[in-house]
Amino acid sequence: MRTVIHKLFFVWDFDKEEKWLCDMAAKGFTLVSVGFCRYEFEKCDPGEYGVRLQLLNHRLHHPESQHYLSFLEETGAEHVGSFLSWIYLRKRTSEGAFELFSDFESRIKHLNRIILMVISIVAANLYIGIFNILMCFFYHNEANYLGFINLAIGLIGSVGIWKLLRKRKKLKNDKQIFE
Amino acid sequence: MANMALTEAVYYILLSLTKPLHGYGIIQNAEKLSGGRVRLAAGTLYGAINSLIEKGWIESLPEDKSSRKKEYVITQTGREILIIEIERLKELLRNGEEILGG
Repeated sequence: MRTVIHKLFFVWDFDKEEKWLCDMAAKGFTLVSVGFCRYEFEKCDPGEYGVRLQLLNHRLHHPESQHYLSFLEETGAEHVGSFLSWIYLRKRTSEGAFELFSDFESRIKHLNRIILMVISIVAANLYIGIFNILMCFFYHNEANYLGFINLAIGLIGSVGIWKLLRKRKKLKNDKQIFE
Repeated sequence: MANMALTEAVYYILLSLTKPLHGYGIIQNAEKLSGGRVRLAAGTLYGAINSLIEKGWIESLPEDKSSRKKEYVITQTGREILIIEIERLKELLRNGEEILGG
């Protein structure tokens, strides 16, 4: 019996998404496939699996990503699904605590990758949005509402960047004291 | 460069690779050496292995056809780095014990 749940997480809340997926596993629902705002679960023993997600350096089918995935599988992690360059992994809790990163440096590197991706999306949307709105304004084109949609995406994304930077600052502070 | 401290992860990876091991073997060995305290996470280990290969401190062995797992081993440079690090760690320990009267 598979259960499908539709739920939206912003990319900067990936840690909340991860926690939700772990909570689901603790309740006896293990993730078996993912899509856009779509999560598919199967029954498992409560707490049988831990779940982690990661943004890859490259596209999923890039040889480097495939090499990384087989490296992860060697350590007992199982690749259950992907969305764009995000991979979703699970590992049996009987094989020990499931973490992808064990130091601040690699956590910061991963965050940097996410920040860079969000910045490029935000920059493109702000640029297109403002350009279109100005075009409407100066050349009295017929109202181009798409510009406002881009602007809204850009502004929401800016809040996301701010949240991500705050997460990174906390990690950097800890890194000054601990390894 | 000579005065840089190694991270705990790098230190245990280099120590583990004094004999050839694959990724999971390094995780198990580091855990065993540290009495269960150091648990290298796969993502962190993967990044560290790539950086160490780039620096020439470790190398990957030619792949064995029978096994898909890649094995790695320390290089001469890696050994030298370890010896310097052990001297640094001795200094830390010596100073700590002298000052706190350990």
